[in-house]
Amino acid sequence: MLGKLSWSDIPFDVPILVGTFAGAAIAGLAVFGLITYYGKWGYLWKEWLTSVDHKRLGVMYIVLALVALFRGFADAIMMRSQLALAYAGNPGYLPPHHYDQIFSAHGTIMIFFMAMAFMTGLMNVIVPLQIGARDVAFPFLNSLSFWMTTVSFVLINISLFIGEFSQCGWLAYPPLSETQFSPGVGVDYYIWAVQLSGVGTLLTGVNFFTTIVKMRAPGMTYMKMPVFTWTIFCTTVLIMVAFPILTVALGLLGLDRYLGMHFFTNDGGGNQMLYLSVIWAWGHPEVYILVLPAFGAFSEITQTFSRKPLFGYNTMVYATCSIMVLSLVVWVHHFFTMGAGPNVNAFFGIMTMIIAIPTGVKIFNWLFTMYKGRVEFHATMYWVIGFMITFSIGGMTGVMLAIPAADFVLHNSLFVIAHFHNVIIGGVYFGYVAAMNFWFPKAFGFKLNEAWGKRAFWFWFIGFYFAFMPLYVLGFMGMTRRMNHYDNPDWYPWMLVAVFGAVLIACGIVCQLTQLYVSIRDRNLAENRDLTGDPWNARTLEWSTSSPPPFYNFAVVPTVHDLDAFAHDKEAGIDTRAAGSVYQPIHMPKNTSAGFFVGAFSLVLGFAAIWYIWWLAALGLIGVIATVIARSSNNDVDYYVPVSEVARIENEHTRNLMAAQAAE
Amino acid sequence: MKKKILPRLSNLLCLSSAFLLAGCDWDTLNPKGVIGIQEKSLILTATYAMLLVVVPVIVLTLLFAWQYRQSNTNAEYLPKWSHSNKIEVVIWVVPSLIILFLAVLTYQTCISLDPYRPIDEEANVKPIHVDVVALDWKWLFVYPDEGIATVNQMAFPVNTPVEFRITSDSVMNSFFIPQLGSMVYAMAGMQTQLHLSSNDVGNYAGESANFSGRGFSDMRFRALAMSNDDYAAWVQKVKASSEQLDSSNYPKLAAPSEANPVEYFSHAEPGLFDGIVAKYNNGMVMDKSTGKMMHVQSAMSDMNMKE
Repeated sequence: MLGKLSWSDIPFDVPILVGTFAGAAIAGLAVFGLITYYGKWGYLWKEWLTSVDHKRLGVMYIVLALVALFRGFADAIMMRSQLALAYAGNPGYLPPHHYDQIFSAHGTIMIFFMAMAFMTGLMNVIVPLQIGARDVAFPFLNSLSFWMTTVSFVLINISLFIGEFSQCGWLAYPPLSETQFSPGVGVDYYIWAVQLSGVGTLLTGVNFFTTIVKMRAPGMTYMKMPVFTWTIFCTTVLIMVAFPILTVALGLLGLDRYLGMHFFTNDGGGNQMLYLSVIWAWGHPEVYILVLPAFGAFSEITQTFSRKPLFGYNTMVYATCSIMVLSLVVWVHHFFTMGAGPNVNAFFGIMTMIIAIPTGVKIFNWLFTMYKGRVEFHATMYWVIGFMITFSIGGMTGVMLAIPAADFVLHNSLFVIAHFHNVIIGGVYFGYVAAMNFWFPKAFGFKLNEAWGKRAFWFWFIGFYFAFMPLYVLGFMGMTRRMNHYDNPDWYPWMLVAVFGAVLIACGIVCQLTQLYVSIRDRNLAENRDLTGDPWNARTLEWSTSSPPPFYNFAVVPTVHDLDAFAHDKEAGIDTRAAGSVYQPIHMPKNTSAGFFVGAFSLVLGFAAIWYIWWLAALGLIGVIATVIARSSNNDVDYYVPVSEVARIENEHTRNLMAAQAAE
Repeated sequence: MKKKILPRLSNLLCLSSAFLLAGCDWDTLNPKGVIGIQEKSLILTATYAMLLVVVPVIVLTLLFAWQYRQSNTNAEYLPKWSHSNKIEVVIWVVPSLIILFLAVLTYQTCISLDPYRPIDEEANVKPIHVDVVALDWKWLFVYPDEGIATVNQMAFPVNTPVEFRITSDSVMNSFFIPQLGSMVYAMAGMQTQLHLSSNDVGNYAGESANFSGRGFSDMRFRALAMSNDDYAAWVQKVKASSEQLDSSNYPKLAAPSEANPVEYFSHAEPGLFDGIVAKYNNGMVMDKSTGKMMHVQSAMSDMNMKE
C-alpha cells in the first residue's frame, strides 16, 4: 500500500534531523498561526498564491530563493565545521551517510532553488516593466512555473525527514547514482525534484523569450533594449536550449533506475561518460544562465550610480551574445581527465578561454562607465565594486582550469570549489543582491536600509575571501572535494580559516535579514518612501511608473525614442506616463488557482513515484491532467480594467509626484 | 605621484602572487616528477599572463571608483560620454592577445602533456608497467611484468617512466598522485592510460580525485619512488607474501571495504586486469598497441561472465 515507505525511513535516530524537524515544525506552526490570527488566509490566497501578476510572482520567487539560501547555507556551514573537526582520527560529527547527503543537497539547492529562483524572481519583477509591457506573454504559465519550482523545493526538504537525499553529489554521476550502488530513494528524490523544477524553468524560458520578442513597447528596437533585458533574453535562449538536455539526462537515469535499463550502467552496454557529456551540455550553459542576468544588473546599477550612460552599449550586447553562443561549446572542460585525446581537450580548452575575452570586455565596460562619472557610493555600488574585484580573480582561475594540462592536477580538487564559488558568489550572488537592493523600492515602494546593506556587503566580501582563498591553497595541496575526513596536518589550519570565513558569511546573512526587518519597520519614514517611482534618478522604463507599479504597470504604453528611454524622456521633458491623457480600458488576466493545483498534484506524483506508491502516483498524474483540462476549457480568464479605475490610480500617483516635486 | 604609485603597486602584487605560487611546498606546486614540473610551470606561466590584465583591472576599479566619487567635484565629469573607439579596440585586443598566447600554450601542452603519451625515455631505461584497478574503496596495483599485486601501496624506481593502465571494477574514480602530476579517471569497462615518473626518492600521497561513495575519504594509497636496489628489494618483499591473488579470492578483495590496509600478493593471476575490463564488455578488451578488440580468455572473465 505504501510502496517502499515504512516507519524505519523516518530518521528518529538522527538528533540533528529531529531538531531540524522540530524547529521547522514550530516555525511552520507559528507562521500558520499568525496568518490565521490576523485572518490573512483569504488575502494570501486571492492576492498572492493564485496571482498571475509577474511582480507578485517575482517577489514570491525571491522569498523562495531566500528560504533556499538559508537551507543551503545551513548545509554549507555544517560541511565546513565537519572539516574543521574531522582531522587526525577524529571522525567529526557527520558520518559519510549524512555528510554525503549534505553536500549533494547544498549544491542542488543552491543552484536550482537559490540561484535559479532568485534569477527568475528578478526577471519577473523587472523585465515586463523594463520593456514597457503590462504583463508577460503567458501569465498563467508564469504562475505554473513558480509552483513547479516551489513544490520541487518542498520535495527536497521532505527528503530531510522522510527517507534520505542523494549521496552522489549535485550532478549524481552514474554509475554511483545507479540502483546497483545507490539502492535507496535519495537519487529518486534528486531526479524528481530537479525534473519538476526543470519544467518550471523551461516554461519560464519560453514565457520570457516570447515576452521580450513580442511585447516590447513601440519604438524599442533590439538595439534600444536595456542591457538587463538583453541579458535575460540571452538567458532565456540558453534555458530553452539547455534545460531539455537536462530533462533527457535525468530521464534516462530515471529509466535506468526505475525500469532497469542500461544507459549509464557499467554493464549491459551502458556508458557513464555519456551521462557526463549530456549533463554538462546542460551544466555549463547553466552557469551562464545564472551569471548573464547578474551582468545585466551590474550594468544598470553602474550606469545609474555613475550618473552617465553605460560605456559601450553595443559592445556589451555583442559580448553578451557571444558568451551565449560560446557557452554551448565548452562542456567537455568538466571532464578533461577522462582521457580524451589532445585534440578534443585542446578544442574545448581554447573555446573555454575565448569566453574570457567578452567577459573581460564587459568588466572594462563597467570600469569605463565609472570613468569620468560621478560615482555615488550607494550600498548597491559596494556590491558592484566587490564583484569586479572578486570576479576578476574567479575568471583568472577559471582560465587556469580551462587549460587541460593544468586541469590534470587541479580537477575535482578544492581549487575547483574555490573557483566556482568565486564566480557564483562573487558574480551571481553579489549581482542578485545588488539587484535586490536596487529594484526593491520599485517592487515595494520603499527603500532598503543602506547602513545594514553595507554591513552585509562587508561581511560577505571579507567572509568570501576567508572562506574560499584557503580552498585555492588546499587545491594546490592536492585536497580533493567531497572528503569527509583527513589526516594531513598541512590542511588543517587552512580548514580553520575557511570555517571562520563561513561564520563571517553567516553574519552577512544576518545583516541582510536585519536590513529587511529594519527597512520594513521604517518603511513609512519620509526618507524611505518612494513616492516618485524613480528614487535613483535612473534611466530605464521601469522607473517611469509608480512604486510599487499599478497591477497593469503602465496606464499608457510608453513610446520609446532612444536607448535608456526614461532618461531620454526626462531630458527632453516628455512625460513618459502621459498623465492625464484619455485612458483606455486595460485588458488583464484573471488570477487562477490552476498553477497551484498542478504544482500540488505534481508534488503528490513525485513523492509517490519516489516511494513506489503507484496508486498515489496515478492519482497525482490524473490530478495534473484534470487540472490542465479544466483550466484549458475555462474561457473566463481575462477582464478589462475600467477607465475610471485606471484614472483613479493614475491621478493618485500624479498627486504623489506633484507633492514630491513640491517637497524638493 | 599617482603615475609612480601605479606601476609600483602592480609590481608588488605580481611579486607577492609569484612568491605565493612559486615559493611554497604545496603538493602540486612542489612536484617531484617531470610531468608535474611541466604542469607547475604551465600554471605559473598562465597565471602571470593573466595577471597582466587582472591586476590592472582591480587597480583601475579601485582607482576609478575613488577618483570619480560623487564628492570629488574636481574630477572631470562627462555625463554623456559613453563611447570611444580607441578604448574599445584596446579592451578587445589586449584580452584577445593574452588568450591567443594561452591558446597556443594550451595546444602545445595538450600534446606534450597528454597522459597517454609515453615519457621521453632516457637511453637504456626500461619503463615499468603498473595496472591499476579502482575498487570500493581501495586501489589494486598489478605488476604484470613481476607477476605481483599490491593494495593501497605501489612502488617504482626513480627516473624511470611508469606506464599505468587504469580501470575500475566499481564506480568512477580518478587516479591521482598530486606530487607527480596528471590524474586520469578510472572507469569500469574502460582502460585509460597514464605516464608518470619521479625524479626523487620519496613517499608520495595518492588518492582518488573523484567522489565514489561512503568509503571515498579513506581511499588513499602511498606511491613509493625508490632507488633501483630498494625497488628490487620491495619486489622481493611482496613476493615473499603468503597471499596470492586469483579469480577465486578476487571477489573477496573486490567486495566493499573501508580504510583497507596495505596488502601484498606474491602472485597475481595473469590476465587479471584484462579480465576485469572485459567483464563489462562481453568478454572483449582493447589491445592498446593495435587498438583492436580481442576476446579475453581467462578464468577471471569466464567467472564474471557467469555472474
